[in-house]
Amino acid sequence: MIPLPHQLPLALVRGEAVHKFPEDLYIPPDALEVILDAFEGPLDLLLYLIKRQNLDIRDIPIAEITRQYMDYVELMKEFRLDLAAEYLVMAALLAEIKSRLLLPRAAILNEENDPRAELVRRLQEYDQCKQAAEALDELPRLEREHWQVQTAVELPKTDKPLPEVDLKELLLAFQTVLKRAEQFSSHQVKREPLSIRERMTQVLAALQGKPRIVFHELFTVEEGRRGVVVALMAILELLKAQVIEIGQAEGGDAPLYISLVAAEAA
Amino acid sequence: MNTQLALILEAILLTADKPLSLNQLGNFFAEEAAVDKLVIKAALKQLAEQAQPRSFELVETASGYRLQTKQIYSQWAIKHQEEKAPKYSRVFLETLALIAWRQPITRAEIEEIRGVTVNANVIRALVEREWVRVLGHKEVPGRPELLGTTKQFLDYFNLKSLEDLPQLEELKDIVI
Repeated sequence: MIPLPHQLPLALVRGEAVHKFPEDLYIPPDALEVILDAFEGPLDLLLYLIKRQNLDIRDIPIAEITRQYMDYVELMKEFRLDLAAEYLVMAALLAEIKSRLLLPRAAILNEENDPRAELVRRLQEYDQCKQAAEALDELPRLEREHWQVQTAVELPKTDKPLPEVDLKELLLAFQTVLKRAEQFSSHQVKREPLSIRERMTQVLAALQGKPRIVFHELFTVEEGRRGVVVALMAILELLKAQVIEIGQAEGGDAPLYISLVAAEAA
Repeated sequence: MNTQLALILEAILLTADKPLSLNQLGNFFAEEAAVDKLVIKAALKQLAEQAQPRSFELVETASGYRLQTKQIYSQWAIKHQEEKAPKYSRVFLETLALIAWRQPITRAEIEEIRGVTVNANVIRALVEREWVRVLGHKEVPGRPELLGTTKQFLDYFNLKSLEDLPQLEELKDIVI
């Protein structure tokens, strides 16, 4: 087609007037998905067709509704939409009902197997579900009708004072370690030389990079009575030197733990 | 006395970030022998009355009491939000509605009623919002999860219990 001089161009591309849509104009397939998205499935589509014509769900003219449903499905096919399988299953069901209705009445004696009754039941149920969703959406809710009234509060962070541990508890804790160590003493074959100094270094090394260590973990019960006694001596030495401190988490039965004395406090 | 207590309760609720039950409110008065639950209840009633000329109201939802702005001021309060109030998709609302009205319900039952497969993202979003939780498993092959709603769901929709959900039209008999 030769554009007439008075005709306005469709568009200007790099200064040149374009009068004709390009032959290979690309329409993204997503553009049409909107149509399919408008329905939540075959039941929704059927309900739409029924309600649009103010029909009673319980008494739908199957032949007519089937025709309309198929028209719609054909339309979607024309748009080359990937039809969800559910739509085709429904199409098959409608076709079955329609064919059954053509049979003489006597043929549909068993109401329980009547696919029409079953379809009506499902339509009603889905209609109720839609109704419930709408009712839910209408309820006044937070962030739309109401906001929780709240004043911003910033409470200072509190460091809970940890309970003091007295020597008695320390010894009680040690006693349980000792008991467990006893069970290993008979297996002891050779005595390794154990020095308190060395053990003090080991305790400090174990505390490196850790905020605290459970008291029991500082003992190796496999070393036997002598070993754990050395460990306790080392801990007591370090406590005396105020290099480490001993504490207890809250609660009477909570384990004791050892931590390094904070730098500024030392 | 009650006026003062009502104001104390107002202060407690103003500084709370979630609804507080009668029990939780009671804990604030553990050292005041004179303030028992009955007294608190009466004071809450008074607080509700005192709030009448104000822009907020006292409501009781599933988790307890909270102060919230009145609906008539929503058009003003909503201006805080840069984006519009969240609008939920139909699949989201229908799935939530089925879980709310028909709980405990399995995914397969939701699919049966809606006639389409349930998008797993919808259920996940509902669980993440803490509106839906798994109540248990149905003793059928596959032991599918039984879904139900939470207190947070009721709180969000201003409901005290599931009985407050709007009544739905009954299913009618089929005309053959």
